Amino acid sequence: MASPMRIRAAAKDGVTEVRVLMSHVMETGQRKDSSGAVIPAHFITELTAKHNDKVVLSAEFGPSVSTNPYLAFKFNGGAKGDKVAVTWVDNKGETRTDEVQVA
Amino acid sequence: MNHQRRDTLKAGSGLGVFGLLVAAGMIKPELAQAAWNKEAFEAKTLDAAFGVIGAGKPAESGDVVITAPDIAENGAVVPVGVVSNIPKTEYVAIMIEKNPNMLAASFTIPEGTVADVQTRVKMGQTSDVYAVVKADGKFYMSKKEVKVTLGGCGG
Amino acid sequence: MRKQLKAIAVSVGVALAAPVFAQEELNFDAYREMLADGNPAELYEMEGEELWRTARGPRNATLEQCDLGLGAGVVAGAAAQLPRFFKDTGKVQDLESRLMHCMETLQGIPSEEIVKGKFRQGERAKMAALVAYVVTHSKGEKIAVDLSHPKMKEMYELGERAFYYRTGAMDFSCASCHSQDDKRIRATQLPNITKPEGAAAGWGSWPAYRVSNSQFWTMQHRLWDCFRQQRTAEPIFASDVTIALSVFMAGKGNGAEAQWPGVKR
Repeated sequence: MASPMRIRAAAKDGVTEVRVLMSHVMETGQRKDSSGAVIPAHFITELTAKHNDKVVLSAEFGPSVSTNPYLAFKFNGGAKGDKVAVTWVDNKGETRTDEVQVA
Repeated sequence: MNHQRRDTLKAGSGLGVFGLLVAAGMIKPELAQAAWNKEAFEAKTLDAAFGVIGAGKPAESGDVVITAPDIAENGAVVPVGVVSNIPKTEYVAIMIEKNPNMLAASFTIPEGTVADVQTRVKMGQTSDVYAVVKADGKFYMSKKEVKVTLGGCGG
Repeated sequence: MRKQLKAIAVSVGVALAAPVFAQEELNFDAYREMLADGNPAELYEMEGEELWRTARGPRNATLEQCDLGLGAGVVAGAAAQLPRFFKDTGKVQDLESRLMHCMETLQGIPSEEIVKGKFRQGERAKMAALVAYVVTHSKGEKIAVDLSHPKMKEMYELGERAFYYRTGAMDFSCASCHSQDDKRIRATQLPNITKPEGAAAGWGSWPAYRVSNSQFWTMQHRLWDCFRQQRTAEPIFASDVTIALSVFMAGKGNGAEAQWPGVKR
């Protein structure tokens, strides 16, 4: 089971800034292990962020996004206590959703 | 903040709707990512990548601002931010010219979201980093060179 | 072994050869600043906080009564004052040896399991997460290691001796790499640990997340790797020499602000 994300969401002057750290190997499929065998690709492909029930960002990642991906973005509005939820799906179909309240 | 963190962990123990559908066998993992633009992520040249996303030959614009260090200590993690000051920006893509595959990440920016995203990418060598933006149906781009060094032993 | 030595000779050669980048171009401040916000070490810190509060081990207990030097359960600021002399054990302990003591006495997890374990595996991996949690709660604190106890003095002196002790196949010491200003191996700057600023830069920025291998390394892990690079006998986990070197570095760096957890290339 995938490890939790670290999500921080803070509202200031009418804008909510969201910063997300995801725990993921982001294996490119181009590396070899010590025995010379190719390490299969394993990376997050899609991500969706929601403010309450509204989608505020969707993203597609390729394998060249760094291991343990970081994402920061801003949306207008948002108030203390609102919910921000982030969901990712990877190329093996694993998925993870975490949610925080806006600070 | 600690409380918030605990809430996160609790909330995180549940699967998203998508995940639930996958877990329930209602949709297959391949279908879950049917939307993923495979062709764009497999493009080996900038022109090909521009073509797949429908950008053609995007106009260079000073209103597309890339934030990245001039020199990165390690190519495995290079911070890249893109801000588009062009109204009605709806899409942002980050491409690395000297990587095996051009496209690193793309973002769909709905109305109400600021065209200001930051992430971190892998770079195999010193290269131009491209930001391609779609605003009001038109494509724009800008680029910035990021030097990548080899590291030493310990750090 | 011979191949290994040849490899070292080659890498030393690279370090001495004309670098691709001039020294003045190797300014990574902007790069490091951009990584500090959203340091992936936070993922380990989250795991560590959960572990701290989770009842585990044969005694099914949490670590919430662990005394890191500032009283049972006090985490805030504790790492900034470690290593320190602990009356209950009669020993100078660093963060990891103290956590190991707590895990054994409170949870019943045998220290041997950690000492004989491997980095990033089993209980030692859990230890690293706990370290990430504890040091994060000293971020921005001034390093304040009390050297007044005779046992601390003894450890400081032992650490200093170990720092200058030349050994291994290449016959070099910690000081060979870490006693001059503006030295680097390829693009990596080496702190001068004989000076307070250098000691603070080293001590105050480890434990750290390393972007080159996406791993979180504790100070025990960092020191173990220094010994390995020195091509000498690898130190036993939490052994006196590792704690002594920590006392020496922390003591030298006293008064500087801790940047824990760090983020490294």
